[in-house]
Amino acid sequence: MSNRITTKLQEDKKLLSIYFTAGYPALNDTVQIIQDLEKNGVDMIEIGLPFSDPLADGPTIQESSTAALKNGMTTELLFNQLKDIRKTVSIPLIIMGYFNPMLQYGVEAFCKKCQEIGIDGLIMPDLPLDVYQEDYEATFKKYGLINVFLITPQTSDIRIRQIDDASNGFIYMVSSASVTGSKSGFGQEQESYFERIAAMNLKNPQIVGFGIKDEETFQQATKTAKGAIIGSAFIKHLTSKGVNSISEFVKAIR
Amino acid sequence: MQKEDRINSHIGGFNADEKGYYGEFGGAFIPEMLYPNVEELRQNYIKLMYEDSFQKEFNQLLKDYVGRPSPLYFAKRLSEKHGCKIYLKREDLNHTGAHKVNNTIGQILMAQKLGKTRIIAETGAGQHGVATATVCALMGMECIVYMGEIDIARQAPNVARMKMLGAEVRPAKSGSRTLKDATNEAIRDWINNPVDTHYIIGSAIGPHPYPDMVTRFQSVISEEIKWQLKEHEGRENPDYVVACIGGGSNAAGTYYHFLDEPEVGIIAVEAAGKGINSGESAATSALGKVGIIHGCKTMLMQTLDGQITEPYSISAGLDYPGVGPMHSHLFKSGRAEFYSATDDEAMAAGLELSQLEGIIPAIETGHAFAIFEHKNFKKDDVVVIGLSGRGDKDLNTYIDYFKLA
Repeated sequence: MSNRITTKLQEDKKLLSIYFTAGYPALNDTVQIIQDLEKNGVDMIEIGLPFSDPLADGPTIQESSTAALKNGMTTELLFNQLKDIRKTVSIPLIIMGYFNPMLQYGVEAFCKKCQEIGIDGLIMPDLPLDVYQEDYEATFKKYGLINVFLITPQTSDIRIRQIDDASNGFIYMVSSASVTGSKSGFGQEQESYFERIAAMNLKNPQIVGFGIKDEETFQQATKTAKGAIIGSAFIKHLTSKGVNSISEFVKAIR
Repeated sequence: MQKEDRINSHIGGFNADEKGYYGEFGGAFIPEMLYPNVEELRQNYIKLMYEDSFQKEFNQLLKDYVGRPSPLYFAKRLSEKHGCKIYLKREDLNHTGAHKVNNTIGQILMAQKLGKTRIIAETGAGQHGVATATVCALMGMECIVYMGEIDIARQAPNVARMKMLGAEVRPAKSGSRTLKDATNEAIRDWINNPVDTHYIIGSAIGPHPYPDMVTRFQSVISEEIKWQLKEHEGRENPDYVVACIGGGSNAAGTYYHFLDEPEVGIIAVEAAGKGINSGESAATSALGKVGIIHGCKTMLMQTLDGQITEPYSISAGLDYPGVGPMHSHLFKSGRAEFYSATDDEAMAAGLELSQLEGIIPAIETGHAFAIFEHKNFKKDDVVVIGLSGRGDKDLNTYIDYFKLA
């Protein structure tokens, strides 16, 4: 069976992907949030596995992670919440988190569980390319998981090519030098970065993340890229408007 | 020693290999956003550090500005009390009052060579923050120090020092609001400012090459101990070297030149807080297991689920849930003996040192002196203790604890 991410990337449209932190706002909101996102036409979902020390995240995701952990979220609990998710949801699902919780669960056990549930890919920002290739690539592939790597405006062309070679789904293109949720709008600098990457004709499509928060930034990001990921802005929306307001958020994007 | 030998004789074994691993520990588990900075440093640090011009400037500053060599002092009354020959390596006499400045001098020169103009740092007790603010003032560079909100409250004199030296102190308000969170904030700053900024990590932690780079800058401590002990005792190697460990930069520097000398016993003293099993402790070797913190694989205190837990110690400088990867390897391989001292033991040892030798140590350092509660030495044993810092900054804690006011 081909991976749902691969199939989705072949669709002739710009993809909207949404990140949320599992266990936030309430511990058991996970399934409803995923179902509502799909119902409202979101193409792909990053389910955030909360971590105590999210180095690459800004205050919004830090706070939602802290709250989720306080609510009682654990790796095992997330897997339990998701065990029947494929009965109702068919879009690609990705787990995004930091490497230590995965390491403690056991990398192979974690991957196996993902396959059983129907998770399509993983994004582990602090699992670097060389460690992945040496120690874990075979395991990820055995369980049909696509590993997604990040690139940033500072990533060299040589390294982008290496990452492109190591990828088998899409490349997560970080829009600017920043942690999540910290920039407002894209300027000339981002546009030329987007164009530079587009001109490299990479094998893997790129999906832009960090700094996407509304229709305008979504349009800017997807002018050259295949799609965009919204995280902090969605979490802020959940915080202020609650889990029953997901359609309002998605409709405002496109 | 020839330059090449100085570089190569300390690769592998108990030191870092080329990828920054000490046995199974170390490496660089960093998000891609940090890769260009860390990689730039990795490719250049050894080369730059051993350039003649770098070494000349580094050594000159250590001599004229820091006041090195720091004395190796025979502590007669303490020796009589504990029945062995105790020498104190007086890092407390360095400019800024602790060993931390050895590393910040090295790293600020490194930052200059790499063309960086802005310096960030994390700090726990404030000693590393002060040492960083000091070298930034010396070199005329912008300096931002991240410090946990709780530490800001308990280390007020050091906060004032940093401000007076021209640094901006930014409170870390997330998580436990101590050293671990200050480190997170500094890393986030570096992600946001990848081009002009150098991050001066203060301990032997973080992604490769930091643990090795910090250790090499701190290794001046054991380099001096060797020739100083030769003058005192007619031999370079003591029977034991003892140091307190939080992240472990003072310990790494104190052990460095003895790692491959099997006759030298290496002793680490961690902070047990209110007791190892009290739930309020920072004794990583006893309570931790292998995981990833701040970019390296090492022993760390965490839940079964891999969430990093909040440590506790009366001393802000040891209040860290992990330990440098070198020390994890020394622990796991059995090369070093690990002990832990409670708050009470460390405070009592600090008071004893004050009254027997006229030296008020930092509370961090007090932990090393609590070794005598845990281990008996033989009469002829030569024991070198790393006196890593002075206690001025801790006076308020001492006053409260001993009701001195």
